[in-house]
Amino acid sequence: MSLWEWANPVKFMRLSGALLPWVAAGAALALAVGLFWGFFLTPDDYRQGSTVKIIYLHVPSALMAINAWFMMLVTSLVWLVRRHHVSVLAARAAAPIGMVLTLIALFTGAVWGQPMWGTWWAWDPRLTSFLILFLFYLGYIALWEAIDDPDTAADLTSVLCLVGSVFAVLSRYAVNFWNQGLHQGASLSLDTEENVADVFWQPLVVCIAGFVLLFVALVLLRTRTEIRARRIRALALRERMA
Amino acid sequence: MIPELGKYAVPVLSAYGGSLLLLAGLVVLSVRRAARVRAALREIEARVGRAPAAPPAPAAPRPEAPGQETAHG
Repeated sequence: MSLWEWANPVKFMRLSGALLPWVAAGAALALAVGLFWGFFLTPDDYRQGSTVKIIYLHVPSALMAINAWFMMLVTSLVWLVRRHHVSVLAARAAAPIGMVLTLIALFTGAVWGQPMWGTWWAWDPRLTSFLILFLFYLGYIALWEAIDDPDTAADLTSVLCLVGSVFAVLSRYAVNFWNQGLHQGASLSLDTEENVADVFWQPLVVCIAGFVLLFVALVLLRTRTEIRARRIRALALRERMA
Repeated sequence: MIPELGKYAVPVLSAYGGSLLLLAGLVVLSVRRAARVRAALREIEARVGRAPAAPPAPAAPRPEAPGQETAHG
């Protein structure tokens, strides 16, 4: 099946309707197992103590906050180039999810930072770029709500998404670019010297899988809702013209 | 049942409590809006279905135009 078949609303509704229960069930299972494993069955870290348990929320939410914006970037580009409505509606559907995940990453980071760094917040490159990413999410959602014509809103929000991608990249790579500030490097790395110990890494991978599946499930659900809302607008218009 | 969190109990529990609350809120709001919009679509489809047919559109709609979508219920 071609990827472009998803651009047809009828086919998207059929395929997403079949997939959604399975993805949602997988998300619930992976999150339940990963968070239980991480919270109840892992030891304290020798330096961080029990605050290491925050990693199971902080890392997956931060990872998905950035990836959600990249998904929005791809779907916005598809809209700008090929004018597929489902594509831009998927971007619109993903924005509130990305915003909540960014908020969770900022919140859990602050709660972890206070006992470990001695401060809730620092104007560190990664923290600052993450805060700006959060503001971009708010701006993106507000712009959709502020414009009545859906196609104009789609065009303008897609351009905003392209601009915001700079901060999504910075959020991911700020630590490497500037090599300064409080935030440490990546917790997950192919370099075994840098990677977290297996006892923390294994439940973390399950939690990341849970967050990925939750994101996919919510995007499918919310995109279906946006497609239906668009259909309601079209029918209401037809009704007024009849 | 809760593991020994020592002096970091407050930050760890508040991180879990706050995050799970935000995630649950997102899921509940998404599901509720989905149900509301689905019901509204059913209602307007029933109403439009009963109304006399609208005059034909001046140009043929694109394959993914809103009027062509039928399997949304």
